[in-house]
Amino acid sequence: MSCSRRDFLKEAVGGTLASVLPLSAFTFLSTAEAKAAIAESTLRWAFLVDTTKCVGCGLCVKACKNENEIPYDAPVTRTWVERYVVTKDGTTHIDSPMGGRDGYTSMEIDGEEIDPDDIDKAFFVPKLCNQCDNPACVQVCPVGATYQTNDGVVLVDRDWCIGCGYCIMACPYGVRFFHPVHKVADKCNFCYHRISKGMEPACVECCSFGARRLANIKDPDDPVTKIITTERVAVLKDEYGTKPHVFYLGLDANVR
Amino acid sequence: MKWHVLRPLWVAIGLIGAILVARVFLVPDDFGVHGRNFTYGYHRLGNIQEWKDFPVKYQGREACIECHDENVEALNSSTHTAVECENCHGPAIGHPDDVELLAIDTTRDLCLRCHAFLEYPNSDRAELISIVDRRHRRRKECIACHDPHDPTESTR
Repeated sequence: MSCSRRDFLKEAVGGTLASVLPLSAFTFLSTAEAKAAIAESTLRWAFLVDTTKCVGCGLCVKACKNENEIPYDAPVTRTWVERYVVTKDGTTHIDSPMGGRDGYTSMEIDGEEIDPDDIDKAFFVPKLCNQCDNPACVQVCPVGATYQTNDGVVLVDRDWCIGCGYCIMACPYGVRFFHPVHKVADKCNFCYHRISKGMEPACVECCSFGARRLANIKDPDDPVTKIITTERVAVLKDEYGTKPHVFYLGLDANVR
Repeated sequence: MKWHVLRPLWVAIGLIGAILVARVFLVPDDFGVHGRNFTYGYHRLGNIQEWKDFPVKYQGREACIECHDENVEALNSSTHTAVECENCHGPAIGHPDDVELLAIDTTRDLCLRCHAFLEYPNSDRAELISIVDRRHRRRKECIACHDPHDPTESTR
């Protein structure tokens, strides 16, 4: 077999080019995917939590439970408020009794009275469903009872859910729970019935301090979107690759 | 192959056929891929509308002002303007058809949610006007002295 220098160079360059072509250049889109790629949605719900403004009154938790018919005294909730108290010896005291439903009215944490002089910093962190772009809870549903809408909200079909609990296990943020009345998985859906009518979610409306705000992340003129895009915001558990859409201002490293 | 070996095979094929037929009747017509792909958008389309039809409980200040404009205006010009009516009065669904439904929360516990003093540095909580529960008129309802619609005014 003979091979001239010219042929060798030709083959080498051709082969290199072929090998760097990504495999994704050859994937075929399904009809739905092609449609979604062309008709870009102009609505994608997101949320902004300003932890520096939260004072731990818990009125958001109360409102959420009333609005979404979550049994008031059951130990489950769609949103909750955590309290973090970091003391001078370096320990972080965390509590969230009944999800902070009745507010924080005493300095006592888990039966332990903490001396105010020992406290380095203390703050409250509201939590809710992150409406992830890659929701792990949806991936694991064996029956197609939970799904992502085109505006980014993850919903649960109460008629279709079999209550297997896979999604409750899969959520890295622990926002899903078993609804004690309907016997299905339940979660925060940004009050889908309210936001689709142009209203604010119940927790946003009931927050007197502006710690919770709703945004349409696809609308650059949305005042809350402007904060998310221009200020220093963080998300929870970024390393899981779920692409959460609840953004936090003033998030501390102690918050998990 | 002998017939008795084939017989269970027919049973298995019959069972699979029966399941496929039952599936046609049991799975709703609108079940399919509606979102961006099969992984995230495989669901019953009608469920989106079912969630949109979920009843709204908290009506907002705009609903209250229609009849209670005096109270809302008093609230709007007070330091309590950021507090929503329904935080104390309860969700207004069914009001005013059934007035009994709106039970006003006048308890001390409600006020303490914000006004119990927590000595937390770097937290807005410590900045709020607040009391130490056990040292300030223990067990007395706050509204006996303070007007919630205009807390700077005394009701006494």
